[in-house]
Amino acid sequence: LRATRCPTSFIGAEQKEEAKAERVSSDCLPPTFSVSEIKNKQRRHLILLLESHIFSVFVFQQKMQLKKKKKKEREALGDKAPPKEVPKTIENQRVYDETTVDPEDEEVAFDEGTDEFSAYFNGLTNPKVLITTSDRPRGTVRFCEQLATVIPNAHVYYRRGLALKRIIPQCVARNFTYLMVINEDRKVPNGMVLCHLPDGPTAHFKMSSVRLRKEMKRRGKDPTEHSPEVILNNFTTRLGHSIGRLLAALFPQDPQFVGRQVATFHNQRDFIFFRFHRYIFKNEKKVGIQELGPRFTLKLRSLQKGTFDSKFGEYEWVLKRHEMDACRRKFQL
Amino acid sequence: MQHDDVIWDIIGNQQFCSFKVKTKSQSFCRNEYNLTGLCNRSSCPLANSQYATIREEKGQCFLYMKVIERAAFPSKMWEKVKLSKNYEKALEQIDENLIYWPRFIRHKCKQRFTKITQYLIRMRKLVLKRQRKLVPLSRKVEQREKRKEEKALIAAQLDNAIEKELLERLKQGTYGDIYNFPVHAFDKALEQQDEESESESEEEEEEEDEEEEEEVMNNTHIVSQRLHTVNQEFISGRLCLQDVGKREFVAEEEVEESDLSDFEDMNKLRTSSDEEEEDEEESSEEEEEEEEEMEVEMKASKSKGKSPANGSVVRKKRAYVEIEYEQETEPTSKSRTTS
Repeated sequence: LRATRCPTSFIGAEQKEEAKAERVSSDCLPPTFSVSEIKNKQRRHLILLLESHIFSVFVFQQKMQLKKKKKKEREALGDKAPPKEVPKTIENQRVYDETTVDPEDEEVAFDEGTDEFSAYFNGLTNPKVLITTSDRPRGTVRFCEQLATVIPNAHVYYRRGLALKRIIPQCVARNFTYLMVINEDRKVPNGMVLCHLPDGPTAHFKMSSVRLRKEMKRRGKDPTEHSPEVILNNFTTRLGHSIGRLLAALFPQDPQFVGRQVATFHNQRDFIFFRFHRYIFKNEKKVGIQELGPRFTLKLRSLQKGTFDSKFGEYEWVLKRHEMDACRRKFQL
Repeated sequence: MQHDDVIWDIIGNQQFCSFKVKTKSQSFCRNEYNLTGLCNRSSCPLANSQYATIREEKGQCFLYMKVIERAAFPSKMWEKVKLSKNYEKALEQIDENLIYWPRFIRHKCKQRFTKITQYLIRMRKLVLKRQRKLVPLSRKVEQREKRKEEKALIAAQLDNAIEKELLERLKQGTYGDIYNFPVHAFDKALEQQDEESESESEEEEEEEDEEEEEEVMNNTHIVSQRLHTVNQEFISGRLCLQDVGKREFVAEEEVEESDLSDFEDMNKLRTSSDEEEEDEEESSEEEEEEEEEMEVEMKASKSKGKSPANGSVVRKKRAYVEIEYEQETEPTSKSRTTS
């Protein structure tokens, strides 16, 4: 049968296809015939494909017709048309989190006035960051160096197998405010422990999609020594707020606008995207940004109250996959 | 009776010993009571009726002794002596228990005891240092997270968000007097931005439409829609209304139509290649998509006389769906030739 052997080359109008199908089904076969009775798998498959294609085309046509009709109605009504329907997105459908921070909440304001970052936000301390890696780093040292150029007043030290619990008192003695440990797996950084030093909270992140500076497209010159501005987007809940403050306190309080550099921490669906840009205002309504610097995404795994102590620490928040990842529209940050 | 020599002859040299592990250079003994671990005449616990070892259990060392008098009582064969935790005292204990025993066994016992105490010390030290905990990654979970991250990245629209934030800050005056933009231009720019955003949304709609079209293989509807989008492009000013019939000199790959005669030649060329294609179509069943593309190019030019310039420009801009214009007469000729 030429009709069945010829593949899905849908030449011509749709009537042709239907004619073919009819030919297949009616011409040579008894009327009480169903496709599933064809014993040859390839032919059966072909015919089913044909039928499903016809059906999908039909559905598509209906959809397009509906769309056209709606458009016509909208145009006809003009101003009186009902407002355009907003499509549902995950952000729209997000389950309301009761710990969402209200900007005027007094309790939150009081808490933030007296927590571990209050010293920083009141301008008393200047951040000083120590960046290090896990044991025997193979690919992360370059990343650490780039991070050190992005964060002002940051120093990179080799790990050499030292225990974190021993490093921490030494750092405190030398007035460091932050300890950042980049963990690596097979030459790729995959985790970050951020510890605020004079016994502040410790956050453990999972790091992914790390791009070094040389992998950036159309990047400019290296970042200068000016302190960048910080943008924190979408940290809405209490937990998000505390993480936001933790990340903000990495940078000095007074950014130097002359440098025109901005570091962004953007939270979207519990992923924190870090970007580092240089911006320029072309006019009052247009700004151009050029990406320099490394980029990575973080996902919070745990937040612990004291300094790094994985066994006996008091955990404020731990990612529990079964509870928290069960609902697609529920986010923690 | 315990004939050590006979036993050794059998298991050591000639026949099988289940504890023996042979390598190219040496043989080892896997018996747990073996003193040195090698398979020797003097180290074999089966072939020596008077034998002693040191063994360690949960950090405690014991001296095991076997004598020929107890050879008949297998359950009571090995005498177990607990050694003291003090190294020197334990050595003295070994000496005291193995007094009058062959030198070899005494010496080897002490050596073994030393080695055991050393590794126990190292174990205790290691526990105090940092221990590495291996956490297994579940592949499904990792893939899921990766996908979620990609989608979140798309939803985030980072560049837009950053630009918006920067403009907000500029408006609120956090930058002070560094940037001086005149105020009346501000309002004008606002209006402009509103217009731009509207036209952008229209263009986005168009793009969505076209993506959907590309999914479906073939439909007469698509023809009309293509015309529709081309019209819309006219409207939005992408293709300049004035240039419809105008001939212009464009870059290399595009076809230059300067004379009508050229048109005719082109048409002739295309019709001949058409016939070839149709033959090919009948024979080979696999290359239909490529052929469709070819047919598009040819037939699009055929049906729209003037518009090759437009068509080619449009084609270069983005990938449209392939369309076939077929005339009714041809398929009958096809069926005639092949059926």
